[in-house]
Amino acid sequence: MERQQIIAQVTDIFRDVLDNDDITLTDATTARDVEDWDSLNHIQLVVGIEKHFKIRFAAKEIHSWQNVGELVDSVAGKL
Amino acid sequence: MKDFANLKRNLKKDASALKPINVALLGDTATQFLAKAIQGAGYEYGYNLQLWEADFNQVERQVADPSSELHEYGAELIIIFQSSHKLLGKYNKFKGSHTAFAADELNSIKAIYDTLASVNPKVKLIYYNYTEIDDNVFGNYANKVTSSYLFQLRKLNVLLMEYAADVPNFHICDISSVQNLVGKAAFFQPSVYINSEMVLSIEVLPAIAYKTLGIISALQGKFNKCVILDLDNTTWGGIIGDDGIENIQIGALGIGKAFSEFQYWVKKLKNRGIIVAVCSKNTESIAMEPFEKHPDMVLKMEDIAVFVANWENKVDNIRKIQGILNIGFDSMVFLDDNPFERNMVREGIPQLTVPELPEDPAEYLEYLYTLNLFETISFTEDDAARTKQYQVEAQRATLFEKFTNEDDFLQNLNMVSVVEPFTKFNTPRVAQLSQRSNQFNLRTVRYTEADLEALAASPRHFTFSFTLEDKFGNNGLICVVILQQESPEVLFIDTWLMSCRVLKRGMENFTLNTIASFAQQKGYKYLKGEYIATPKNGMVADHYSKLGFEPDGDNWLLNLNQYQDKKSFIDKK
Repeated sequence: MERQQIIAQVTDIFRDVLDNDDITLTDATTARDVEDWDSLNHIQLVVGIEKHFKIRFAAKEIHSWQNVGELVDSVAGKL
Repeated sequence: MKDFANLKRNLKKDASALKPINVALLGDTATQFLAKAIQGAGYEYGYNLQLWEADFNQVERQVADPSSELHEYGAELIIIFQSSHKLLGKYNKFKGSHTAFAADELNSIKAIYDTLASVNPKVKLIYYNYTEIDDNVFGNYANKVTSSYLFQLRKLNVLLMEYAADVPNFHICDISSVQNLVGKAAFFQPSVYINSEMVLSIEVLPAIAYKTLGIISALQGKFNKCVILDLDNTTWGGIIGDDGIENIQIGALGIGKAFSEFQYWVKKLKNRGIIVAVCSKNTESIAMEPFEKHPDMVLKMEDIAVFVANWENKVDNIRKIQGILNIGFDSMVFLDDNPFERNMVREGIPQLTVPELPEDPAEYLEYLYTLNLFETISFTEDDAARTKQYQVEAQRATLFEKFTNEDDFLQNLNMVSVVEPFTKFNTPRVAQLSQRSNQFNLRTVRYTEADLEALAASPRHFTFSFTLEDKFGNNGLICVVILQQESPEVLFIDTWLMSCRVLKRGMENFTLNTIASFAQQKGYKYLKGEYIATPKNGMVADHYSKLGFEPDGDNWLLNLNQYQDKKSFIDKK
């Protein structure tokens, strides 16, 4: 799957989980840039991504990403 | 069941029109998502849950400290979730003999409840039981080692059940059964736990929340009381009208086992106090035949409170059943294999619960188990008896429907009444009626047992108690009359009261016939009645005029010389 495709699908998951259709993600987006992306919702986002791509993140990965780009790298590495 | 994201969305909806309920949630792990799921499920159940959530791992402090936020919040409903993971931690550090671990833990849980109940005696505690974790230190042998974690965890769940059986306000939310259903892999996600201290996976949150709401809802008095069954391909396999009684699948025939087991389930519900009704598109006599004659049928006619089989549409028929039972549509469940019928009924009566039965009858039961349709918060021996009363009432109503003429109906009931003066055996019941009857009560004079004994012994008074029994059942003692000699010619009706359970059976006529003939035999010329209005006894304002008494100032007089017996279908026993 292309990176762009992954970002697009991850964006959809963010919009769904955070209930906000205005969210646009780029590689450089961080939690600070997105309203409601707090540590709690992060868990729900991670589980949503796992379910969508049928992957599992290791416990230490979940809080290791500095931005969306690194998260997408993680996803891409498992597909 | 909605998923977590959708339950969470409910929190943004306007719940102000829904019934508000204050709830406190305390847990020894992170409960933020659980709190949201419960609130979201509350909305689905029609409640505006005001949920206060304790900070993580504060159960004991919040309970023990009288000035804590928990006590300040003052919720009558408290949910406590102490997880098996933390329990394992406690077990690992337990100082005493591990054999005593479960008992020790139960004592702390009892202490929590006792403290809460001492602050507010009406508090209701919903306690989550323990999901199984096998630390596999012993393998299968753990079952033989009383000190093993598995042994102590399972024991604690049993101790909790025993404790809850004795403490009415201590309710167990059986999340262990949820884990059994979905499996531990779906219930618990280690990576989420390590990162967030949450022991419930996001996927399983709705199931836990709905399970919790089942109890909350039942505590509000809202629970299902009746199950309505379709017959063909729901209660048995095949179509009775086409296949005939020999060929319907039940018992050993075809996939009959699926239907037999389904029927055993319904029978257990019935024995527990759930009313069972039938609503089927069939010719009635054909539909009843298996219940009466098929040797493998588990359900018999006596299990069915209302049997409706005809070719009318099911919406009308279910309305009819509801009318007979006189319970809310929102407490009824309709089971039908046919999606078309289900949709029609759902559309016609939206309050009704209509499960989307799987296509394969083999899966009916497993699916129905997951829905937790018959939550309750009480079970007494009386429940089964109450069903019998509903059934009796339903049978009467069903019979009434068959008669276009009310007299024919009354005739057919085969009513008999035992008429007796007050005795030491019936006085307690007479006193109870005298204290409680408000509506059908002409003068509303209240008598105690001692008063009644004095009246029974008085030469100036004549006492009457009436029972009423019909072919469906015995209503017991339901009517009381006390006559007082006013003059050698006049008997005054000091008391005439009747239980409203037996309205419209012609009991008034029978009562008057009885006392009029008594008065005549004793040589009196008049019966004199009085109506004293109260806020509640308007239904008998015209009682004496309807029975042919003539107005006499504020009172009513009946001339016994001209009295002719009123029409009555009740025989004196």
